[in-house]
Amino acid sequence: MSATVRTGVEAGLVSCETCDLLSRPARGGRPGHCPRCGSELEWRRRDSIQRTWALLVAAAICYIPANILPVLRTNTAVSSDADTIISGAIFLYTSGSWPLALIVLIASVMIPLGKLVALAYLLITVQRGSVANNRDRARLYRLVEIIGRWSMLDVFVDTFTVALVQLQPLMSVEPGPGVVFFMAVVVLTMLAVESFDPRLIWDAGKNWESRHA
Amino acid sequence: MSLETVACPACDLLQEIPPLPPGGKARCPRCAETLASRPADPLDRPLALTLAAAIVFIIANTQPLMGLSAVGRQASTTILGGAYEMWVQGQDLTAMVVAFCVVIAPASYLAFMVTILLAARRAPAPSWVGELLRWAHFLKPWSMLEVMMLGVLVALVKIAELASVSPGIGMYAVGLLILLLPAIAVTFDPGEVWRRVEWAAGVAPAE
Repeated sequence: MSATVRTGVEAGLVSCETCDLLSRPARGGRPGHCPRCGSELEWRRRDSIQRTWALLVAAAICYIPANILPVLRTNTAVSSDADTIISGAIFLYTSGSWPLALIVLIASVMIPLGKLVALAYLLITVQRGSVANNRDRARLYRLVEIIGRWSMLDVFVDTFTVALVQLQPLMSVEPGPGVVFFMAVVVLTMLAVESFDPRLIWDAGKNWESRHA
Repeated sequence: MSLETVACPACDLLQEIPPLPPGGKARCPRCAETLASRPADPLDRPLALTLAAAIVFIIANTQPLMGLSAVGRQASTTILGGAYEMWVQGQDLTAMVVAFCVVIAPASYLAFMVTILLAARRAPAPSWVGELLRWAHFLKPWSMLEVMMLGVLVALVKIAELASVSPGIGMYAVGLLILLLPAIAVTFDPGEVWRRVEWAAGVAPAE
């Protein structure tokens, strides 16, 4: 099989990211627009590695206040408690619902951290021109793409807790400053996944972007 | 139908997609990405499911999602009510993102899909159908109703420690929606619409 393997870019063909139409752009310069849907054509997503790194670093920075700052503050007539994401999961565990504690722990701690590590690993191996484990790295990218949105879970838990528990002056719950940072981590990593071009995994160091430009 | 040559969108490998049997799928031999699928009835079935989902979506957004009662006081919230309360509490950015992910994105997705599926019934379909398809594709990962559903359930268990809570009609509607939305995606074949769309460059769809 390996002798006959040819990619679109090697054959001078570009695939439209919007409608998948394969077309042969004129030689030299940018590939122009898709004849079918009019989208701008690109050999590879533009500045994929730089953009993904930028979004990833921004997400990693937001990840720190997201975990340190409280996401919820519970006010009752006699007390006021602040909860971070971790202490919220611990509360679920001690109150006897360990399956839910596990779900929150996976969605809020393991998925965001795993996403940051996985994307950094993909970026570094692509930049080094690695040719090992291509299939596994492609699978890792797909996994990150599919499960990334689930880390929004805690934002929804906080939103609907706040919306429902408004029994002033008896008891009320208000959102803390950690929520917006946590939401930023989820949104930034989702954007990072979208700006990463999985075809770079298979290009193995060949810089098609500059060769065709 | 002749062989269609494509480059895999995930690894750029050139290959020909053989004619698929109804219900068949084609995967890239190199990276295992799904390249094409051929649902049995690629326009009518997703249209029926989208219309059903649109009705359920209206119910989900107008009926209370969950209710609470504690020491003689009652409270309930809707989906948008959640985002609104965050806005009132000063979390405006979070409120906007929540509203986008659970109301605006799924509502626009359903509206675009109904329009696409109706307009694509006669070929050639106008080229703005392609534009809508691009938007529907962009919105899909941001529509997070199933994540919200799980989040609401976790919130219910948490609050149950403090007060007695009960899921509302809106919650059952959301439960139905998270079954209907993937069903639309599975029965729909975007390639079928692209084959019918008028080309931007002015070339007629090749038959």
